[in-house]
Amino acid sequence: MKTSTLAKSAFLSISRNKTRSFLTMLGVVIGVLSVILLTSIGNGLTVFVEKQFEDLGSNLLIVTPGEIVNSEGGFDQQGAALSFATSKLTISDGEALERAGYPITMAVPLTGSNGEARTSVGKRTGMVVGTTPGYSLVRNTKAAKGRFLNESDLAGNRKVVVIGSKIADKLFPTSNPVGQLITLNKLRFEVIGVAEAKAAGSFGGPDIDSFMYVPISTAKIALGVDKVMEIMVQSATKEALPRTRSLIESTLVKRMDAEDFSITDQSEILKTIQTILGVLTTGLTGIAAISLVVGGIGIMNIMLVAVSERTKEIGLRKALGATPNNILIQFLIESAVISTVGGLIGILLGILGSLAITSFFPATPKMSSILLAFAVSLGTGIVFGVYPAKKAAALSPIEALRYE
Amino acid sequence: MRVIMSTPKNKSHNPAVLTVTHITKSYELGDQTLEILKDISLTIRQGELVAIVGPSGSGKSTLMHIMGLLDSQTTGKVELAGHDASSLTEVEAAGLRNKYIGFIFQQFNLLSRTSALENVLLPTIYNGDVTGKAAYATKLLTDLGLGERLGNYPNQLSGGQQQRVAIARALINDPAVIFADEPTGNLDSKSGHEVVEILKKLNADGRTIVIVTHDLELAKMAHRTINIFDGQVVSDLLAQAGTNK
Repeated sequence: MKTSTLAKSAFLSISRNKTRSFLTMLGVVIGVLSVILLTSIGNGLTVFVEKQFEDLGSNLLIVTPGEIVNSEGGFDQQGAALSFATSKLTISDGEALERAGYPITMAVPLTGSNGEARTSVGKRTGMVVGTTPGYSLVRNTKAAKGRFLNESDLAGNRKVVVIGSKIADKLFPTSNPVGQLITLNKLRFEVIGVAEAKAAGSFGGPDIDSFMYVPISTAKIALGVDKVMEIMVQSATKEALPRTRSLIESTLVKRMDAEDFSITDQSEILKTIQTILGVLTTGLTGIAAISLVVGGIGIMNIMLVAVSERTKEIGLRKALGATPNNILIQFLIESAVISTVGGLIGILLGILGSLAITSFFPATPKMSSILLAFAVSLGTGIVFGVYPAKKAAALSPIEALRYE
Repeated sequence: MRVIMSTPKNKSHNPAVLTVTHITKSYELGDQTLEILKDISLTIRQGELVAIVGPSGSGKSTLMHIMGLLDSQTTGKVELAGHDASSLTEVEAAGLRNKYIGFIFQQFNLLSRTSALENVLLPTIYNGDVTGKAAYATKLLTDLGLGERLGNYPNQLSGGQQQRVAIARALINDPAVIFADEPTGNLDSKSGHEVVEILKKLNADGRTIVIVTHDLELAKMAHRTINIFDGQVVSDLLAQAGTNK
């Protein structure tokens, strides 16, 4: 007996009861749809977070003032706020770290203060970041227009600024900002570049696109900001990160107390977030999978109805030479087709749904979860089809033929 | 038992197609044993047109089910087309039914939303010869006057036409014996008469046919009438020349 014949008869009986088949499929459709949507969202969040960390630069260790890790090992917000106010980190600590040599390739100190930028068009507030040219490298921040800070800006304490894209849009809506002047905290600064826009910040986190970068020397002299918020230290390789960390410690301990600074490894934070997101995604997907099971029970229910409705047909087929296995396979194919078609519809809707929400929420469908959802829906049809199919196969032909 | 020899319709020397020997069938009902068939022995020979008659509850349907390998006897022996069919597995019985037996039912039992042609081909999907038999199915339906109706669904056919589709289905695998269970029971007299003529014609072409009926008029067409009562054969008569129509 050919499978194609069986498949044909399965499609035939599904098309005989279009409404019922559709409603049965709906359970699987919703199950697969929610599995795909949730895995897409989980995957999208992971990709988003990874991208954000990438934007922040790679192989970075961040030295911050004071203790920002509390006694339980968590982030101590109060302590951190206090630390920034009483920071003992200085620009020369940054220079000392850079001189420490391999595996430290670069040490970039940052100062920060809020500032208000004005032009004749309007004003906009943002973070004024005092830093060195190395910032461009460690934070992957390039100038979309003009250039980033350079060594002579730093050496000359020049009043130059690289503005974030949002500042540029606000203050220079129609003209090219490069070469123009802005007033920053009542002082005149020349715009030398516009930093390229970063998506990060749209979804929590600092509003990087409203940053204004000035030479750290200028920030100290002209703006009076000399508290270093952090020093970003780049390691030569990912593998050398532990060595970099101990080199930072040994360098800084000579200059201050051990509790006056903390070192944070971005890759560790990323790893933790990835783990949390992974667990969250798995958990949510598991909950969504319950609806697949419910869909499967729907299939079983409908197949049981189909078996008792078609008792006479089963009896006839047996009388004409169908073996129990022929009947079993016929009904199994039927439930598998219902669940597979339902699964395919669910996958399609899941992908469309993911695409629909990407504009306001990061959702990226994953091929592996699509394949998994397909396999699970096919499996659902087979697993939940077995009982009704066995029932059909076990019918006695005479009893079945007599059935009215 | 009265036996009339040497009529033109007498096939008593033809080879046996189906033999049942000392068949019994009983059910346990609580502590009672219900005996449906009590020691029946019969031989159906090639080319015979046999009517099995008896009132409701006489056991004639059970006998047909056992002879048609749809049911199994409690004791006794069944031999079909040279095969010992006394104790078969379900799969073996299905295979022998498919190959050697054709069924015609009172209710026609056609699959709905399935064309006449596909209904006729239904038995062939269980021996994997659907494509090989398509031309033969068309010929059978055409011979039965349904050449224009191949693609019609059962609900587009009259009762008589539906029964003719069922007859074609019974013939598709060229069975050794055809069982017709009250084949005219659901038909008006005109269609019923047509079906009778078809069965007679098929028999004249050499087909072995067993009709199970309680309709004595229908039984008259047979060459041999086996009367079952209370689970036993009470008479097994060959028709005299000229008495059957």
